[in-house]
Amino acid sequence: MEAFGIWLAALFTIGIISFLYKDNVLYRVCESVFVGVSAGYWFVTYFWDNLYRKFYLGINDTTNPNRFFLWVGVILGVLMLTRLSGKIGWLSRWPLAFVVGATAGLYMIAFFVSNAMMQVSSTIMPIFRGGWPMIIDNTILALGVVCGLVYFFFSKEHKGAFGAASTLGTWFLMVTFGASFGYTVMSRMSLMLGRFDFLFGSWLGMLK
Amino acid sequence: MKRGELIAVITIVCGLLACKFLAPKPLQFSPAVSLWIIILMALACLIILYLSIKGKPIERRVVFIFVGVSLILPFFMQFRLPIKVSPEVQASYDVIAALPPGSTVLVSFDYDPPSAPELQPMADAFVKYAFEHDLKIILVGLWPQGPQQADLSVEAAFAANPALREKIRYGIDYVNLGFQSGNEFVILRMGESFKAMFPVDQRYTLYDSLPLMKNIRNFSNVDLGFNLSAGRPGTTEWVQVAVDRYHLKMTAGNTAVQAPLVYPFLKSGQIIGMLGGMTGAAEFEILTEKPGKAMTYMLSQTFAHVIVMVFIVIGNVVYFRSRKEQA
Repeated sequence: MEAFGIWLAALFTIGIISFLYKDNVLYRVCESVFVGVSAGYWFVTYFWDNLYRKFYLGINDTTNPNRFFLWVGVILGVLMLTRLSGKIGWLSRWPLAFVVGATAGLYMIAFFVSNAMMQVSSTIMPIFRGGWPMIIDNTILALGVVCGLVYFFFSKEHKGAFGAASTLGTWFLMVTFGASFGYTVMSRMSLMLGRFDFLFGSWLGMLK
Repeated sequence: MKRGELIAVITIVCGLLACKFLAPKPLQFSPAVSLWIIILMALACLIILYLSIKGKPIERRVVFIFVGVSLILPFFMQFRLPIKVSPEVQASYDVIAALPPGSTVLVSFDYDPPSAPELQPMADAFVKYAFEHDLKIILVGLWPQGPQQADLSVEAAFAANPALREKIRYGIDYVNLGFQSGNEFVILRMGESFKAMFPVDQRYTLYDSLPLMKNIRNFSNVDLGFNLSAGRPGTTEWVQVAVDRYHLKMTAGNTAVQAPLVYPFLKSGQIIGMLGGMTGAAEFEILTEKPGKAMTYMLSQTFAHVIVMVFIVIGNVVYFRSRKEQA
């Protein structure tokens, strides 16, 4: 049975890779199977993890005095399903409003603290501290932040010293995009490596 | 299907079957053969450059073939490249190595099989290290397939060191609390109570029945957090909630795509260290002395990167030349 699974996985991998040549029937079959299996997997996972493990076992946990609050989640979940009905479909807006409100509330604080204030405070620091490598590092950081901000300042024409700073800001942005692209290439290569390792190792048995 | 395409398909199928049933196993190239392969690939690149300059640009599929070959052939080569450990990986290792035996580490597996080539080596190396150094680990997942990846790491640790199978006991030395939906809200709730989010573990054992979890109420009872992340929810959410709100000490392992987004958290001290992509995984394997897949993959990575750079150069040469001709 395991060998059958490996052969199946190998054929599906080759089917998906065949898209690199051009769109073909084998690729479309593999893609459709993948989408179907994924949907089924998610459904089963959410059923057992949420409805059974969290709700059913939770509501039967007599040691938890707050267990009845789980009904709130269930009711909101059921209201979401009213979307399927035209007449009472408007009820689905309530759980949606709850989700949007709670997420926005959490993110407003969390994002502001972690992604804004903490980053600003770690940027505002004495440049001349530590050894020379540290000083160079700090100088580049400070210069990059200032010039990057200048580039996005559109209320003044980018001319003279202001224009030079803006151009430098563009360079910093380009380097950032380049580094990010480099990392993306590395990541995609890693994914491909994983599949080749499977094909040549687990399937063909050619690897040590 | 055209005749040429049919011949190509038959050739590929025959080649794969030959590899399956006729090729020596395992297949390994001698250093001389490896060197010849490298020379031939370099020559092929020069020919492509020459053809491109002469106004005969190659098809994109040729680039795919080159990248594919550069990823596959190093699997069979026997030499290894030196790997230098970066400060962020060293910092990650240092904080793990400084934990006294018996410390509790919360490991969140926030990824699925597609990201496993990058993140699984990190997880494998960490779990092996933790078991051998008597660190207690709590495994959770904010991605549905995360806990299964955690199980694979545990199995890999047992396979690598069979003595651990006898020594390490589920529920006492490690637990897998499973997956919980809700993204950052799960982390938020865990800040108050782990039990509220994970009333039972992955095996449906009640939280209170797990000896390891007896004294674990929330993040304040955990010595370190280790997040393995491939996207959202992942390191950003753990930093925003567990680190900045509940002051969990944390280190992270990320896919290379995600690494640039996580570096600011490292610079600001919100996370202690970071393993970025496969390179980070290979460096971590070196530090933990657990050589694994990442170290093996690094040669292929390097070859493929060189090929990508060569094609970027070829593309630019052709571009500037065509611009000059137009002028």
